[in-house]
This record gives sequence, C-alpha cells and structure tokens, in this order.
Amino acid sequence: MSWISRGLIALASIIMIGIYFKPLWEITLYAPQYKEGLKMIIWVNKITGGTPHDLRNINLLNHYVGMKKIDPNAIPELKILPVIFGFMIFLGFLTAATGNTKLLYAWAILIIIIGIASLADFWWWEYDYGHNLNPHAPIKIPGMAYQPPMFGCKNLLNFRACAFPSTGTYLLAVSGTLGVISAVIEFFRRRKTQ
Amino acid sequence: MKAKLKLTLFSAVAAGLVSVPSFAQSPAEKVYIPHGKYDEFYAFLSGGFDGQVNVYGLPSGRHLKTIPVFSAYPMNGYGYSEETKAMLMTSHGWIPWGDSHHPELSQTNGVPDGRWLFINENNTPRVARIDLKTFETTEILEIPFSGGNHASTFITPDSKYITAATRFSVPIPQKDVPIAEYKKYFKGTLTFIRADKPGKMDIAFQILVPGYDYDLAHCGKGPSYGWCFFTSYNTEQAHTLLEINASMKDKDYIAAVNWKRAEQCIAEGKYKEVKTKYAHNYRPPEGDRIARTEWKTSVKWIIPKECPGVMYYLPTPKSPHGVDVSPDGKYIIGGGKLATVIPIHSFEKMINAIKNKQFAGEVEGIPILKYEAVNHCEVPNPCLGPLHTEFDGKGRAYTSCFISSDVVIYDYKKCKVLDRVPTYYSVGHLMIPGGDSAKPWGKYLLPMNKITKDVFLPTGPELPHAAQLYDISGSKPQFLLDMTELGEPHYAQAIPASILMKKSLKIFELDKNTHPYATKSEEAAKVVRKGNEVHIYMTAIRSHFTPDNIEGVKVGDTVYFHVTNIEQDWDIPHGFAVLGANTSNLLIMPGETLTLKWTPKEPGVYPFYCTDFCSALHQEMQGYIRVSPKGANVPIKYGTGEEMHVVK
Ligand SMILES: [Cu+2]
Repeated sequence: MSWISRGLIALASIIMIGIYFKPLWEITLYAPQYKEGLKMIIWVNKITGGTPHDLRNINLLNHYVGMKKIDPNAIPELKILPVIFGFMIFLGFLTAATGNTKLLYAWAILIIIIGIASLADFWWWEYDYGHNLNPHAPIKIPGMAYQPPMFGCKNLLNFRACAFPSTGTYLLAVSGTLGVISAVIEFFRRRKTQ
Repeated sequence: MKAKLKLTLFSAVAAGLVSVPSFAQSPAEKVYIPHGKYDEFYAFLSGGFDGQVNVYGLPSGRHLKTIPVFSAYPMNGYGYSEETKAMLMTSHGWIPWGDSHHPELSQTNGVPDGRWLFINENNTPRVARIDLKTFETTEILEIPFSGGNHASTFITPDSKYITAATRFSVPIPQKDVPIAEYKKYFKGTLTFIRADKPGKMDIAFQILVPGYDYDLAHCGKGPSYGWCFFTSYNTEQAHTLLEINASMKDKDYIAAVNWKRAEQCIAEGKYKEVKTKYAHNYRPPEGDRIARTEWKTSVKWIIPKECPGVMYYLPTPKSPHGVDVSPDGKYIIGGGKLATVIPIHSFEKMINAIKNKQFAGEVEGIPILKYEAVNHCEVPNPCLGPLHTEFDGKGRAYTSCFISSDVVIYDYKKCKVLDRVPTYYSVGHLMIPGGDSAKPWGKYLLPMNKITKDVFLPTGPELPHAAQLYDISGSKPQFLLDMTELGEPHYAQAIPASILMKKSLKIFELDKNTHPYATKSEEAAKVVRKGNEVHIYMTAIRSHFTPDNIEGVKVGDTVYFHVTNIEQDWDIPHGFAVLGANTSNLLIMPGETLTLKWTPKEPGVYPFYCTDFCSALHQEMQGYIRVSPKGANVPIKYGTGEEMHVVK
C-alpha cells in the first residue's frame, strides 16, 4: 500500500471519530404555535430534543394520532451503531498501520454496505413510526400516515416536518469517500504493477 | 425677487425637514403593532381598588395581563389554592382584597433593572414584591403601626429600601381614645423596608412622626442619595371635615429623611424595640412554591428627637401630593393640590440650610427649614391642582394638574413653562418610562385619569378609567391613544420589553418541583386516605387527568386535589374545577402543583374538568369523583382507563 492510501484511510478513521460528537440527522416540526420548531436530533447513540423538553412534547403531540412513544432506550440501533463505527475506526487504523490491501478493500465494501443499510434502516424506522398507529387513537384520518421525510420537507396534518442530515452524516460521507478513494487508488496501482 | 423666492423655498423645505421626524407617522401608525412584532415597553399600572397590577404594552395600549397581588383572583386561583392562600394573611386575618397604589420597579444605580416590581396596599398596610421572571407575586409584608400605607413603595437607587408611610395617623399603638383628642394621641410612622433580599423583606426601622397625613414619597439619587422625601398634608391636625379643616395653612411640609443617619442611630442603639405582630408571606418562586406566613413580633422605632439630624421639614405649599426628585438628584418638586405655583426645592440649598441652621421652628424635635432657604424657584402660573411630576431625562419636567385637567411641561432648572397638553378629564398620576429614575426612557408620556366622561362607549353609570398616551420624543408632544384601564390606577411604571423578555420563564421544570404532593408521572398518581382527609395525587396532561375516576370519598371528608401539570411546553396550562367547590378553579402552569380543597356535602357523583382550553380534546378532559354517605364502606378506588386501583 502506498503512503498516500495509508494516509487517506488513517484520515478517514480520524474523521469518523467525529460522529460521536456531532448529530447525524435532525427532524424539525413547525406549526403556527411552534414557530421556532420542535426538534428531534438523532445521534449515533442517542436521540435528543432541540430543547430539553422537545422530545417529551413531540411524543405528547404524536399520541393524538396514535404514534408510538419515541423512547431512545427502546431503539436497538442506538446501541449497535456506536459499536459498528467503533469497529470501522479500529479497522481503518489497523489498515493504515499494516498496509494490508485486503483489509482496505474490506473496509471500503463494509462502509458502503453500512451506509446503505443505515439509510434503509432509518427509512424503515420512520415508516414504522408513521404507519404503525394505535387503532384507538383519538384522531384518525382515513388513509393518513405520519412517516416523516428523510430528506426535505413534508406536511403532516398541522405540522410541516423537515428532515436533513446533520454534521455527523457529512463527516461520515467524507470519511467513507476518503476510504473508498484510498481503496480505488490501491486497486489501480495494483493493476498497473501486475 | 428671485433671491427672496429661493429663501422662501429653502425655509419651507427646512421647516418641513424639522417637523418630519416627529410627525412622519400618524398616531395610528405609531401605536399599531403588526403581527409578530412586540410592544416596546411593558407598562405596569396599579389596579387601585382591584388590588392588582395590570400590565399593558406600550405604545399599543393592549392589556397583556393582570397580576393578582392583594386580591384573590378566581381566574388562576390566587388566594384560593392551598399554595397561595397564605399570601393574603394579615394580623387582621385572611383578607381577600386590597387597595393598590404605587408600583415601583427595582433599580440598580438608579435605573430600573427588571428584577422585581413592588407595590403597596393602603387599606391593610402592606407591600408586595412581584417577580418579573414569572409576573407573579412572591412576597407580601404587612406594616404595623400604620393607619393606611399610602406613601409607598418608593425605592432607593440601589433597591436597598422601599418606603411606606401612613396616610391616616392613628393612635400608635392603637387604643380606645376620643377622636376629638386627635392632637394628643394620634401619630404617624415613616417605614423603611429592606427590599433587596427576595424572601427576606423586612422592616428595617420606623420613624415615629407627628400626627399628619403622609401622602407620597420619593428617594434621592446622585447627590441626594441617602435621603427620602415624604409629603404631608393636614399639618393642621384636623380630624373632621378635612376638606376645609386640613386646607387652612398656606404651607404643609415635605419631610426630608436622612436614612443613612437613621442607620447610624440604629447601629448606635438609639432606637426603641416595640412588640407587635405582623405577617410576612412568602411564596418561593421555585421548589415547592407553597406560600407560608411567618409572624414577626417587633419593630425598631426611631424617635426624631432622640436621633438628631434624621429628619427635617421643608415647608411646601399647599397640601402637597407628589414629591419628585429630578434624574440628577438635585431638585425636589412638590405638587401642591391647592397651590397656584409649583415649588422646586434645591437639595444643595437644603443641605446648606441645615448646616447654617436656617430654621423657622420645630415640631416634636424636627427642625422646620426656612422656605426661602431651600426653595430653588416657584414655577409661575403652571396650572390648577398640580399633583405629580415625572421627567423625560432631557431637562423637562411634566406635572399633572387635576383641576385644570392638563399636563404642564417646563424646564425645571430655569423654572420656565414650555408647553402643556390636555388630559381629557381630571388627571391623577402620570408616567414616563423610567420617569422617576436616574435615566428616563423619555419617549412616551402616560397621564392616568380619575374621571373619564364621554371618551368611550358608555357602559352604564360606571365608565372605564382612562389614560392618554403621548409621544414626547419630538419637540412637541403628539397625542397617540386613549387607553381604558382596570380598577382605578394610581400610578404606573414602565420598562423596555427588551430588559424583561430575556428573563421571562417559559415553564417550571418538573424535575425541580419539590412540592410534597407533586406527581411527576401518571404512574405515580394515587389516592391516599388520612383519617377523614383524602389526598388525590393527580396529573394533568393534554387531554386527560390521571386518575379520572375516583371512588371511596365520603360525606364529611376533606378532599385535596393536588394537581400537577406534567407538561413541559410553553403556554400549556391546565385548569381544574369540581362541581360545588366553594373556592375557585386552579390554573396550573407546566411543571407546577396546585391544590384545591373540596368538602363534598351530599352523596353523588361529581364531575371535574379542565377549565383552560388546552387542546383539540380539551372538552374530553374531564373525570368523576364519587361521594358516598358518611359511614359507607366503599373502598378508595381510582384509575384512568381500564385498570382501577383499589386501596384497602
Ligand atoms: Cu386541559
């Protein structure tokens, strides 16, 4: 492995550490009585509100349409994801240290799989929250589901729900890209030398 | 010819430019606050005989809130809930009404700082502190040895003291004497209350003074820091038909009190400790928020004769009402209700007069200074019935004139009348934001009327009280708005909204609620019997109570609904009312616990419900409590939904 590739994968791993300190995604609910927005912030290991009480208030509003309570303790992803990314960071550093190309390819493929799987899981999670409604909910609107958008804005009854990736996801994208570039460089370098 | 034309044109344009700034907008445009914009000032008007403080936005004149202080208030249960009942306790027992007069904002370095608002009560002498984080009354102190607390609450520039002085002299201590022996037995008190320690308001000392009527006060600042001034009338010491008998003398007095000297006398032990009993009520602004009454048992009296230098009288024509200190602290303006001039005293002259012993006499050991020795000037032909003066911070004084129904504007240093504006019937006090402080925000003038007459739609024999708002930022006052008021406002204070808004509390943190009967989650809701008391630990959240079905209460029980609003969102109060309650409803703020005491008298099933429209399903926010006959063996049972908990 060239010093450039090893440097890139090391850099990718360092950047990835940032996701433990920055949120991944933000969903904000706007309504006339919530001009400043009720915010739900998704981190790699927790879900918080824009203010200490936002989550409680989102849950309170959701109960009218029968949505499940968002309880961060009951979301397994928040326990698994930190471990997966921890492993990826470790693997990245190991690759940089050993210069092992196979590890590098494995890292690149894994990060692509993890990225796609995470987005799919997130979508499914949103789908479940928006569709799996209590049949005894006080407000029932035929055909209405409350799946928040993954990217962009959408009207949900009296709320305008907007969702956008946050710093952590951008860090992850940069990290993954750097890792994949490193793998690509190595791949072509190998082909040339063969 | 051409040159003349040019000059005319130039002058016209110049004149136009000068007048543009103040009249560019019409009054309607100036008082219109578009959606999403806030008023520039909060104005706090005393409610007079409604015992409250009413909050308005300026310049819109919109009523924002009523803060109950000395009167029970059914709208939110103040004075009715177990947590607030103690606020209205006095040595005369529980009093649900008061006559509130003069609000005063706390100050730092002579400038309103937005921490607290103080206000006095005349009828049952009391003073109160309102916490401006929540716009709630948090403290009330009773004043003993006072016949009516009128010259109150005026503050020292550091908020160390607020004043209180008796309007009606009475036998002190009270005793059974013939009224005709007024001169022999009747006395007054000037009281200094330590005000800078929330929760610890206390009477620092009282000065025992001659039996006059004490009307208003203001404390010195800058060079006059350390002094407070009180007006007196009825120095004739009449006890009947005061209208005539108290209007005999040409001059009454402004009492100048050196409170720094008083502090010295206290430190040197030159005082008398007297036994008495008075209430100090305090409601913590956080924690359990349960008001308590602490009984105080003595006060320190200063007798002027025994503490020389503590007090002097400044002769002032004629039955003075207001006494107002200019922002620079150098001038003291008296408003003589029956005077034809406005006398302006000079603080510097007063100090010199004291130094040079320019005395005209003495009453009960209090030297009377020579009028000519202290008087800076008399504003000639100002108006009829001058009452009260505020300042705009630009060298101008504004005095309200009751009889001539106008406000006279003058240069108080040069003693020169500049302007006057009408007040559409009988003005009392007036207010400029910060107008009695060291740094007035001299933008608006608000004269408050005592009598309204044909300004508004008639509403039967009693019309609303009124005020007029003027823009005084330009060279000429511009009339902006007629305002209606609640109660009979005596005085007001105003402060820029920007100072208060950042302190404003949105919710009470549920985690910090230490009320002994707080219920912080629906799972923790319960019903507990203690002898013939039943305590209901209840939660309220959009759109239900937990529990909402309660059984096992019996006639003869005393039921306590301890309702905790477990919401943590701004402006989501819940109400609580139960059929047949003899008190009022509760209005419970997010994170707060309030208690309604209920004594059912007949068996039956009684509904309770949320009184504040809280959500789409507010009408469904209701429940039932079953009351069984005395001696029935229905067990305590409660719940929300399918599951009922049975307590054996
Ligand atoms: Cu409600």
